[in-house]
Amino acid sequence: MDSTLGLLALSPPGWGGTLLIGLWASIQIAVGAFGLGLLIGLGGAYGKIYGGPVLRDCLGVYTTVVRALPELILILLLYFGLTDMVNKLMLALGYGRIQISGVVAGVLVLGVVQGAYATEILRGAILAVPPGQIEAARAMGMPAGKIARRITIPTMLGLALPGLSNLWLIATKDTALLAIVGFNELTLATRQAAGTTKAFFTFFIAAGVIYLAISLLSTWGFARLEAWARRGDPPRVAGAR
Amino acid sequence: MMRALMQPHRIVMLAVAIGLVLWIVFGGNWSWLPKYAPMIVQGVWRTIWLLALSILIGFALAVPLGLAQASGPRVLALPARAFCTVIRGTPLLLQIWLLYYGLGSLFPGIPWIRESDLWPILRQAWPYALLALSLSYAGYEGEVMRGAFASVPRGQIEAARAMGMPRWKIFSRISLPLALQSVLPTLGGEAVLQLKATPLVATITVIEIYAVSSRVRQDTLITYEPLFLVAAIYLVLAALIVLAFRKMEGRQPRRTA
Repeated sequence: MDSTLGLLALSPPGWGGTLLIGLWASIQIAVGAFGLGLLIGLGGAYGKIYGGPVLRDCLGVYTTVVRALPELILILLLYFGLTDMVNKLMLALGYGRIQISGVVAGVLVLGVVQGAYATEILRGAILAVPPGQIEAARAMGMPAGKIARRITIPTMLGLALPGLSNLWLIATKDTALLAIVGFNELTLATRQAAGTTKAFFTFFIAAGVIYLAISLLSTWGFARLEAWARRGDPPRVAGAR
Repeated sequence: MMRALMQPHRIVMLAVAIGLVLWIVFGGNWSWLPKYAPMIVQGVWRTIWLLALSILIGFALAVPLGLAQASGPRVLALPARAFCTVIRGTPLLLQIWLLYYGLGSLFPGIPWIRESDLWPILRQAWPYALLALSLSYAGYEGEVMRGAFASVPRGQIEAARAMGMPRWKIFSRISLPLALQSVLPTLGGEAVLQLKATPLVATITVIEIYAVSSRVRQDTLITYEPLFLVAAIYLVLAALIVLAFRKMEGRQPRRTA
């Protein structure tokens, strides 16, 4: 093992730089997909609660189908489907074929998957906001957007954050699936480095340590965020859960 | 049930769904199907036994992992917690590749493994796939079981101790059944998650059902039809798992008072 540690050096012949480039791509995709998922989830949650019957049923189909299928298959279907559709559109409009960049495709595909889970998490959290609060805001004549910004979202944030923290961890780990469609993120970069140098354990364990560091750091960060979001909550009675 | 379906927009949605399915079935190119049918059956079978075995082995590991974390001494609790954290903090794909490429490159260099009777098995990919899936399931379920064992009411265990039950009997008669009862719904959901994780082993040349679809794609350049078929198969398998767990939950004795 000692002799292969040198392979992790940042500059060639070390592969550390390759891993870091992969890591940067993974982080970009995870952040982008999580952000897109949050937007879809917020819209989806409001749609499921306040929308009409048609919108509610459509969202129900979306969340059920996405959560029932393996991520890998969704990623392939969306990846091929999206690139096909964009290219057909471009050809129909008289432009040439374009190559969708890996980061954009990854963010879109994983974002759609994350959106389904985020919808359910946020819906549960919004429903847990005491209805009296929202009714009071409405009685004061607050417009819907302001109610969401000032009342609903701050109140539900503490309830939603544990679920969102889990979702973010899933986002970071799901970026590894993009390795299968040939996108050069951390896991694929690791496999290339390991395959070339035959130092499989060194590289896979190094990548594992990186992923683990990300997840431990984000768990800590989300715990801080939750403490902040719950700063206005009444103090919990000792012994109650 | 029928009443709920009889709203106009639901009828339209149902019609659209049926239309989509019919369009995929009759408009798609399914000429490859007869040729690959035996492979598909074998793939489904392989997915099912990989899933079943990995859940069995994983759960057998998860019980001691959970118990060690919930009520074990520190010497056992710390490693168990570290194991669960590492498994849950790294992507499964990475774990699978680490075991397959890592161990797979290590074993041929060790003479007594090469000469052992197990070598013909260890040269194949599926033992690594099964090991990775089992360890992953054990990691996630170990955490679930920790919560379950921690939530067994103390009074129950104290009562059993007061009756003079030996430790092992307390575990098998009191702690385990109560813990299992409280996690059964969670386990159903986790089994579906495990099903959704199985296609990852296709990347290490295990030909399960997802691998069949990518084989068809490579051979015939037909992309969507095989993926739709596999998606439908996964939906059916997931539904079967949900039904099976619902049945098990129904069989549980429930307190009535």
